[in-house]
Amino acid sequence: MEQLLQQYDTVAQNKVINWFKAGLTSDFPANSGVCIKYKSKQIAVYNFRRVNQWYACQNLCPHKMEMVLSRGMIGDLSGIPKVACPLHKKTFSLESGESLCGDQLKLATYPVKIENENVYIGFVD
Amino acid sequence: MKKLIVIGNGMVGYKYCEKLVNSNRSDEFEITVFGEESRPAYDRVHLSEYMSEKSAEQLLLAPTNWYKENNITLHTSSLVSQVDPQNKQITTYKNEIFQYDSLVFATGSSAFIPPINGLEKKGVFVYRTLEDLDAIKSYANQLKKQGRNEAVVLGGGLLGLEAANAAKALGLNTHVVEFAPRLMPRQLDKAGSNLLVSKIQELGIEVLLEKSTKTILGDSSINGLEFSDESQLKSDILIISAGIRPRDELAKAAGITVGERGGIQVDEKMQTSEKDVYAIGEVALYNQSIYGLVAPGYDMAKVAVAQLLQEYETTMDAHIDLSTQLKLIGTEVGSFGNPFISDHSVSVITYENKLKGIYKRINVSKDGHKLYGGILVGDTSDYNTLFQLYNNSMKLPENPEDLILGSRGSNTGSAGNILELPDTAQVCSCESVNKGQICGLVEDGSCNSLSEVIDKTKATTGCEGCKPMVSELVEVTLKSLGKQVKKDICEHFSFNRQELYDLIKINKVTTFEQAIELFGSGSGCETCKPLLASLFSSIYMETANKQVEIQDSNDRFLANIQRNGTYSVVPRVAGGEITPEKLISLGEVAQKFNLYTKITGGQRIDMFGAQLHELPLIWEELIEAGFESGHAYGKSLRTVKSCVGSTWCRFGMHESVSFAIEIENRYRGLRSPHKLKGGVSGCIRECAEARGKDFGLIAVEGGWNLYVCGNGGANPKHAILLAEQLDEQTCIKYLDRFLMYYIRTAAPLMRTAAWLEKLDGGIDYLKKVVIEDSLSLATELEQEMQSLVNRYQCEWKQAIEDPQMIKRFKHFVNSDQSDDNLSFVPLRDQKMPRAWR
Repeated sequence: MEQLLQQYDTVAQNKVINWFKAGLTSDFPANSGVCIKYKSKQIAVYNFRRVNQWYACQNLCPHKMEMVLSRGMIGDLSGIPKVACPLHKKTFSLESGESLCGDQLKLATYPVKIENENVYIGFVD
Repeated sequence: MKKLIVIGNGMVGYKYCEKLVNSNRSDEFEITVFGEESRPAYDRVHLSEYMSEKSAEQLLLAPTNWYKENNITLHTSSLVSQVDPQNKQITTYKNEIFQYDSLVFATGSSAFIPPINGLEKKGVFVYRTLEDLDAIKSYANQLKKQGRNEAVVLGGGLLGLEAANAAKALGLNTHVVEFAPRLMPRQLDKAGSNLLVSKIQELGIEVLLEKSTKTILGDSSINGLEFSDESQLKSDILIISAGIRPRDELAKAAGITVGERGGIQVDEKMQTSEKDVYAIGEVALYNQSIYGLVAPGYDMAKVAVAQLLQEYETTMDAHIDLSTQLKLIGTEVGSFGNPFISDHSVSVITYENKLKGIYKRINVSKDGHKLYGGILVGDTSDYNTLFQLYNNSMKLPENPEDLILGSRGSNTGSAGNILELPDTAQVCSCESVNKGQICGLVEDGSCNSLSEVIDKTKATTGCEGCKPMVSELVEVTLKSLGKQVKKDICEHFSFNRQELYDLIKINKVTTFEQAIELFGSGSGCETCKPLLASLFSSIYMETANKQVEIQDSNDRFLANIQRNGTYSVVPRVAGGEITPEKLISLGEVAQKFNLYTKITGGQRIDMFGAQLHELPLIWEELIEAGFESGHAYGKSLRTVKSCVGSTWCRFGMHESVSFAIEIENRYRGLRSPHKLKGGVSGCIRECAEARGKDFGLIAVEGGWNLYVCGNGGANPKHAILLAEQLDEQTCIKYLDRFLMYYIRTAAPLMRTAAWLEKLDGGIDYLKKVVIEDSLSLATELEQEMQSLVNRYQCEWKQAIEDPQMIKRFKHFVNSDQSDDNLSFVPLRDQKMPRAWR
């Protein structure tokens, strides 16, 4: 189980070694999330069309260790972009990965860039 | 740093640690706790739940790592064998020595064992710890294998009844034997006890009063009991729960003063005869008494912590209140003040309703001004009010009987204004929060909502019994300050649901984007998005396929997400009627996709374990076989349950199945503030359980009786009669009006029962709106409903016919693989998700 979690570490924009092309912007529904596969990782990617921002994080909800976060509803808490897990509605900041429910759970987040209508996710592996 | 040692890690020992940690001064101490049991402190009050629903883990008061996180060293399974106050040290059973500056005895109590012959026989247990329960459980399982299942619980007090509940949960045929002439002799009078006895007997537990047990019969194992009147009772297992004995042996050996009949003597500071040594909880002898309730124990913990922190003014009250309110074997029981007093200065008012199983008694001063105490059995909803009146010596209303009968003839509340309580009135006794603190925080602007008050004071976080009162206090205080009690749906829209409903309808808004642009701010959230989705559906009958991104996760994929992120599929089976051909099709689909199948409570078939990409494939086959979406995933009409009715049943009066199908098909797909369930019964035997539904019809001579606003679930409510002897057409007309009115005006996620409770004027008002059309809305409501009915379409059919819509049913957007994290384990010839890690 630890192994599963250990795969996911936050990647800072300036540390990215590999910008992985995940697809065309049109593959990513507006104001919603989808899941992409990168090597053995599952990454949730969110397209905040209203504010023109993109975020990515692990698809694994650290609460019960299920691959579900891409199917969670997105929104904001006082301007902080967030996702709510579809299983128990735990919410996480998509900027810091931290829980917004006052517990210690945390998500790994990944940088996203858009170039020529392509969506790239930054990895260090 | 000063060294603090706590001996005992039960409920009160834990509370002591918690209070110390919450004081934010725990870092001044090196804290070491010794617990004799293998587990950290757990909730002993709800011990019997261990036999039915709860695990040991769930009963823990705090997880093991809580102690670590707060720098408390907890030694479990550690017996302290000696205390040496001269040298300020203790010795453990392993001969380890620990020094202390301050010492707290929270050693609690053990079970009191009455003098009976044959206690050494196998099958005799006490009821005190989780270990005891484990031992009882395993012995009971052995017994059952031998076809023996007669259990006797010795003791009819609080603990004894809890033990009886546990024995019953184990499937044993249970008897309660009490020495006194009544159950709960410290809390109930004869009439209260009689009622409790009959309620408990209804649940299959036998009660024997005034029985003094003399001998345990049997060779090496128990097989019966003999009483002093020489009567006998068969018994394969005996559980003793007849009182407590303080665990004062360590203190006694250390030369600390203990009472004649046990208990470590303490003063109002919880200090023992030794300086820097405290005793709290059931081991402490205060005012010549031992207190076997949790609340006084918690108060003692609070006092002992304050004394440790040199806040000397905090001491124990001279008078310890033994009022208590609890649920025993499914029956609410409350007892407060002096429940028995009945001398010439007192008038006793009682109310007894054997039909409903309610007994209430209040002891009032002769002039009718003052409440001395009382008893409630079967219904404790008045407990909070009565307790406050008693505890604050408040003046009673003109007709004190209104307090237990309700004020008859008018709709005003009986207990008067909550703001009349004095500021010192303790509202939350678990966390000792009084009315003044709560109102003060609201008045000085520190708190503007219930959640802020809870955050600041911790009120309601214990037993939660005070929640309605705290909530009302906050609301009333806010109102008195002229502050509007806004029930905004969330930070993105400063409107309530009804306001948004009107705004969307009047302005003909059709998308969430438009709505947030016009009336809101930000990006929305998991509260406002599904709410608006529901409104768009209730107003325009739009399916969940149109604005996918604002649908709650279940609606988004038109299925119910389960534990491991897979889905379950429930096709509509209107009224629960299904042909053999369709049953076979369901079986074939489930077999093909390897789904776990189960019959639901709503007379349908649920198929579990479908992966996201399988949903459209499954539905293609289901639709081919003539099924449509059952909307089990939505806040929408679920099922209309039916009994078989006059078509087959020899008692049936009308065709309940036909009518249920008609109604279910009329309202299918209808989205509402919460889920909606219906039922139709063919006669008054009520086999469809229609009164447990949001709307229910029961066939009677001359038509149908229409009931509304019931539900099952956590707070079961029977639906209330709206109209009698209706023909089918009128039923539908009233249902249209009722449902549409509910959909328009209810708060988000508010079921019909809660809605009716909040509705000013209640059922009488609803009758006026629906039957007499007092708001002149009836035609409009009916037309709205008819137009929703006309626009129904199956959203699964819509989805699989549209290649764009079907795209969302895929685990990865950049790969056709499926989720490799999933795994299942076998379960009774089917499968289930592997356990959570």
